[in-house]
Amino acid sequence: MSPNGKSLLVIVPAFNEEGAVGNVVADVNRVMPDVPVLVVDDCSSDATVTVARGAGAEVLSLPHHLGLGGCVQAGYKLAFELGYQYVIRVDGDGQHDAADIPRIFETLHSSGCEMVIGSRFINGNGEHTSMVRALGSRFFRMVLRPILGKAVHDPTSGFVGVNRNALGVFSRSFPLEYPEIETLVVLQRRRFHFEEVPCRMLPRKSGRSSITPLKSIYYIVHVLLGVFVNVLKYERRAPKQPGRS
Amino acid sequence: MDRLLNVMTGLSALLILLVLVSVRRARIRVEYSVSWLMAALALLILSRARGLLHSIADLIGVTYPPLALVLLTGCLFLVIFYRFSVIISQLKDDNIALAQRVAILEYHVQSLKNAG
Repeated sequence: MSPNGKSLLVIVPAFNEEGAVGNVVADVNRVMPDVPVLVVDDCSSDATVTVARGAGAEVLSLPHHLGLGGCVQAGYKLAFELGYQYVIRVDGDGQHDAADIPRIFETLHSSGCEMVIGSRFINGNGEHTSMVRALGSRFFRMVLRPILGKAVHDPTSGFVGVNRNALGVFSRSFPLEYPEIETLVVLQRRRFHFEEVPCRMLPRKSGRSSITPLKSIYYIVHVLLGVFVNVLKYERRAPKQPGRS
Repeated sequence: MDRLLNVMTGLSALLILLVLVSVRRARIRVEYSVSWLMAALALLILSRARGLLHSIADLIGVTYPPLALVLLTGCLFLVIFYRFSVIISQLKDDNIALAQRVAILEYHVQSLKNAG
């Protein structure tokens, strides 16, 4: 199945990824030649914008650094305004395998769920995931299980596809600092649904991870707080949709 | 006791002076100076009005009145910090939304230029 018209957009949030973003864009173009790629540049100080444009991507340049959540949300907002039905987010560091994009899109399209997560842990494909991150994922799997009412194998994955319903919600409200886990709770509160598909994690193409043990602790505390704030947040819940579990 | 209360009087007077100078030099907007001025004024009055301070100390069960003043100071500043946290959070949200809007508008302008 190939996407047509303004069906699918791939967004690539990037911050100082000149060494990897060109390959990411090229890989997406090779796998999905008809799908536009939008690199959302979070005010990089290197040649990310030039490299991305050179590789054939459209670029949305933020005027100052917003962090991952603000960067991804900017891409969602533009995609929503432009009328896209589906958006798949691929990280700019080259760790997501573009070959998995068709599977995510296919599931998004055929299942009717609002979000599809590319999961590194469904078939034990977490070989390029750091131990800290794998432990964090395991911890949050336990925390999220009772909240979401179903198991999620890879709650920290940034390789996600969303449909227009989720796009509308995320355009208005999106967790700004560490969005992956909190977005699941945001979706659950609206009785939206998600699926997971197995995907491969590649080693970083350039640069190095900014995750340190101290940052990991801050991450866990911050995300836990964000999860519980989202659970407790007062807002009218969407009515349960008929015919869906 | 007198010395501690005198120190508090001096500090609150200094705070009032600092805030007024900052407002005059437009480093603090008037609406954000009000919280600081009110807190500093309250401390100034309490550190000078011994009878009132003793009554408050009795009310909250503190036997040493200057300690009651220190506790009140802490509480006042906590309220001010909370108020400013709310304001900063709102400003950050607005700032992010504005930055995103600017980026999206620039994208549209560039697309129009490329199309034309």
